[in-house]
Amino acid sequence: MSNTPTLQKTIMTDSTRLKPLTTNAGTASEPSETAIAANHINIFYGAFKAIADVSMAVEARKITAIIGPSGCGKSTMLRAFNRMNDFVPTARVEGEILLHGQNLYAPGVDPVEVRRRVGMVFQKPNPFPKSIYDNIAWAARLNGYRGDMDKLVEESLRAAALWDEVKDKLKQSGLSLSGGQQQRLCIARTIAIRPEIILMDEPCSALDPIATIKIEELMQELKQRYTIIIVTHNMQQAARVSDRTAMMMLTEDGKRSGTLIEFDDTNVIFTRPKDKRTEDYVSGRFG
Amino acid sequence: MTQALSSLPVTDPQDRHVDWAARLRRKPRPVETVVQGLLFLCGAISILTTLGILLVLGNESLAFFTDPEVNVFEFFTGTHWQPQTGDFGVWPLVNATLMTSAIAMVVAMPLGIFAAIYLSEYAAPRAKAILKPTLEILAGIPTVVFGFFALTFITPLLRSIFGEDTVQIYNNASAGLVMGLMIVPLIASMSEDALSAVPRTLREGAYGLGATKLETTVQVVLPAALSGLVAAFIIGVSRAVGETMIVAIAAGATSQLTFNPFEAAETITGHIARISGGDLSYGSLDYTSLFALALTLFVITLGLNLVSRWLVNRFREQYD
Repeated sequence: MSNTPTLQKTIMTDSTRLKPLTTNAGTASEPSETAIAANHINIFYGAFKAIADVSMAVEARKITAIIGPSGCGKSTMLRAFNRMNDFVPTARVEGEILLHGQNLYAPGVDPVEVRRRVGMVFQKPNPFPKSIYDNIAWAARLNGYRGDMDKLVEESLRAAALWDEVKDKLKQSGLSLSGGQQQRLCIARTIAIRPEIILMDEPCSALDPIATIKIEELMQELKQRYTIIIVTHNMQQAARVSDRTAMMMLTEDGKRSGTLIEFDDTNVIFTRPKDKRTEDYVSGRFG
Repeated sequence: MTQALSSLPVTDPQDRHVDWAARLRRKPRPVETVVQGLLFLCGAISILTTLGILLVLGNESLAFFTDPEVNVFEFFTGTHWQPQTGDFGVWPLVNATLMTSAIAMVVAMPLGIFAAIYLSEYAAPRAKAILKPTLEILAGIPTVVFGFFALTFITPLLRSIFGEDTVQIYNNASAGLVMGLMIVPLIASMSEDALSAVPRTLREGAYGLGATKLETTVQVVLPAALSGLVAAFIIGVSRAVGETMIVAIAAGATSQLTFNPFEAAETITGHIARISGGDLSYGSLDYTSLFALALTLFVITLGLNLVSRWLVNRFREQYD
């Protein structure tokens, strides 16, 4: 464990895991900026080490996919970024998550404020049993929004590509919508709190292919303004939507902790990965 | 692998010796039929019991209401219940029943729901491990003990607070308060079930939007559990309205129409318990009047059930 390295130092020195954030061969991208970074994260459930030493710098306004076989800690890692693991009584996090240079796990950091900056969309659509309008208005009011609520609801629904489908039934329950619409409502709700980063935990796994395509298209729109981290067990989806891909896998030291084995531009991960295990996984040889 | 598989016995589809029609024919399964019948019988017993009670209640009540000394209109509007003088106005008893029940629910509902919120949302596993069994012990105390607790502890307490001139020895307040305490475990346990049944994903959705624990509990979990909470309320009211021992001991044996909870006033159940314990000749007016009262009680709880079921269907927030 390094003693509180700065974010910059982490990126430069920890070259075994993190490649320098310069342009990658084959992709034309402007110099990138880091939105949020994990720094030697270890996560324990009781005595069990679920995540072992993960460091990754997530680029702003890009889509970063976390892939890997089942049970390798993808969701656990994702939930570290907005302190959702706080709700697991036995969970303990070591290391740092840095947002604007602040460690989100430092004592005195308010997890509620963290989750307002880092919003989350879940695997199963979970609209509140309230009207479509109130699903969004409630989230916005929580965060102290006192402006024109009608306008915010419309903007959020438009941004989530749902407005045209629901504009005539805003008073209906959010649960009256189809699964794909519900998931877009959850995205709209997340947008309404104006986060910087949106975490998505297998957001399409409960949806049919058409709804999935809509969400994926929406993600491309959203990345103009937001940083997105998506966990997916669908490799085609990772290849389709993401700019960067983090490959996680269980360690082979007998402890079976999840760890990051490769993190690179998505086309590199899928066409010429450096790690043999990544190559086997993305080519479908196991997992 | 293949060797292990090939040694497994299989039916050869080409085997001409198999009588397929016979093999596929439906076979009698007497155990299935018998078990199904027994299970049906168990379900039917509760329905038959209810019907039987209703039949007896209706029959004896009919005898009461058709008695020339009884005026049906007076029964439902009268403010005096004095069987000795032929006054059969049900209101004093109904009033005392509703008053003790209302006091009980004012105590039981907040205490029960807050305890349930604590247990379901806040309590650490260790606190829960102590609190839940304690609540269950409270639920297991016989109501006659609660009755004496009301008479020998709560009543003196009320009298020392509000003055012996204000609070009578037998009074509705004491009986109602203790009845509320008795109902707390019921409300707490049912409400906790309702809160725990709210999917974890709904809570996570709220937390993921930056909601605090209180905001999540009050604005997401409680509304989603509303139907269960209303059900707990209904069961609690039915329990309070039907509770007999506590009111028989602590609420007093004078039937009077009063809105002062510190005065003695007999409830329907208290009256039935007292009168049916004395000499009572079969078929007398005193006797049949008890059935009319019991029927009234039944109608009150049935009405509450119907109203609250309607309320639940109307305001339920479905989450699945």
